[in-house]
Amino acid sequence: MSDVAAEVRGLRMRYGNTDVLDGIDFVVRTGEVVALLGPNGAGKTTTIEILEGFRARSAGQVSVLGADPEHAGEPWRARLGVVLQSWRDHAKWRVRELLHHLGAYYAPYSTAEITRPWDADELIELVGLTAQANTRIAHLSGGQRRRLDVAIGIVGRPELLFLDEPTAGFDPAARREFHELVHRLTDREQATVLLTTHDLAEAEKLADRVLILAAGRIIADGSPSELALRLSAQAEVRWTVDGQRFVHPTEDATTFTRKLFAQYGEAVEDLEVRRPNLEDTYLELVEEYEK
Amino acid sequence: MNSGTLMRQVRLLRLLRQVRLVRLGVTRGLIELRQSLTYWPDVFQNFFFSGIQILVLFLMRGHHVPGTTFSLGSLTLPSIIGMGFAFTGMLGVTGLLTVDREDGTLLRAKATPGGMTGYVLGKITMVSVTTLIGVVATLILGLIAFPGVHLTAAGLGTLVWVAALGLLATIPIGITVGSLIPNPRFLPIFILPFAALTAISGIFYPITHLPGWLQAIGQVFPMYWLGLGMRAALLPPHLAAVEIDGSWRLPLVFLVLFLWSVLGLSLAPAVLRRMARHESGSRVAERRERAMVRGR
Repeated sequence: MSDVAAEVRGLRMRYGNTDVLDGIDFVVRTGEVVALLGPNGAGKTTTIEILEGFRARSAGQVSVLGADPEHAGEPWRARLGVVLQSWRDHAKWRVRELLHHLGAYYAPYSTAEITRPWDADELIELVGLTAQANTRIAHLSGGQRRRLDVAIGIVGRPELLFLDEPTAGFDPAARREFHELVHRLTDREQATVLLTTHDLAEAEKLADRVLILAAGRIIADGSPSELALRLSAQAEVRWTVDGQRFVHPTEDATTFTRKLFAQYGEAVEDLEVRRPNLEDTYLELVEEYEK
Repeated sequence: MNSGTLMRQVRLLRLLRQVRLVRLGVTRGLIELRQSLTYWPDVFQNFFFSGIQILVLFLMRGHHVPGTTFSLGSLTLPSIIGMGFAFTGMLGVTGLLTVDREDGTLLRAKATPGGMTGYVLGKITMVSVTTLIGVVATLILGLIAFPGVHLTAAGLGTLVWVAALGLLATIPIGITVGSLIPNPRFLPIFILPFAALTAISGIFYPITHLPGWLQAIGQVFPMYWLGLGMRAALLPPHLAAVEIDGSWRLPLVFLVLFLWSVLGLSLAPAVLRRMARHESGSRVAERRERAMVRGR
């Protein structure tokens, strides 16, 4: 297996006179969980649908699992997983029945390394639907239905999994439950995942690497902690000396505090080093680019 | 191993995949069939229309074909069998396809390797078997309760080829139309022309009593020929006298249904592919939003 799962160079998408994507570049390495983070309308869904092979691009090079999604065939499709936002499709099917049926399409694409498809019962257990295995899909709750969507997305044991706004419209409990499921999956299968979200906290929680997309461009690319550092370079140091309060913004809080102690020694009290809220900085950055 | 053997093996492997896919499609169709036969709203819908049709037939049983002593109900029963093909094959498939597109069933098929092939084969299987169940049920009823409806060996032969051509002539057209309609709310638009077509296709009312130009229009579409073919298969030969030209015109039945099959089969795959190519998660999401706004 190549160590690059997907590569995008100079990707552009134009609808009429508007550039939705204005030349984006990124690489997803095998085994990585990458989040495409950005506000609504930034072009996240367009990007992921181009990579899924569901949408034709205007310009640029795209390679997903070594093939151009626009021209790749069914054997390529068999190596991908797409978690779709369901609505009311297959309402009359039962959970196991549907997973078993959809899984069967992947059987001819089994390889020595990857046995396809996933056993339906095992998969049902993994997503926590054992009690609902014989339930009609129409009777599942919203959260259960979403877990089934994930199960359908991974039934072919994908080498690359796409999740588009996976927790849109979730309440906090359902969101946490979903995050746990993705963690379980990535720990166990070491799958490569590309997900889109407009929620910074979600990107931080799930992803090894975050790409921030705004106004059709990638404006930042790094691990959540790298981004946190980069986005909030200015730290604030607060302290008191002799009952007097001081506040000082600095790029290098460590050096600054060292100097502070060198100068005042034990007179320094109530020391606090504070980084600005990551979310505020992120929103500021996005706003700046969207202008 | 030389390259010739390798090529043969690759081809064999591909063939096996195709066979597997066909089997999966048929399985899918049978699962959906079982679901619709055990899901009471579907069952009710199916029985409701068949029930009304049969009631109409019984009410017509006492009346005679003008100028003969033959029961009007018995004359109409084969025509209704013919109409059933047009109804399920065209209107039914169109409806299923637009609904499946709106709710994302088709997108799931597209995201699965070979899924679209499986989906289409599944629909064809389900619709064909549903239609044939209707044919057999109506036929049995006709043979038992409608004097004059009978089945000879030759008639059975005609019934089989008209039925086969009937499925081929209607389902691909249904798939084509279903791929062209943007969403299920356009479906009612088709109900009225379809009812009008039934009226001029000699199903409940003899086509010979219509003005020439209406007869001409009726004879363009498969429904008239399906009705005629079924009458030829199930009614005594002397009743051909009330038809156009005083004949069952079986060669023409074959030709027209065959031409519709060719037309449908040459259009359906391309139109379906074009429609499927444009399906994506955001499209389905857009339609969901619109449907939510309408409050469905």
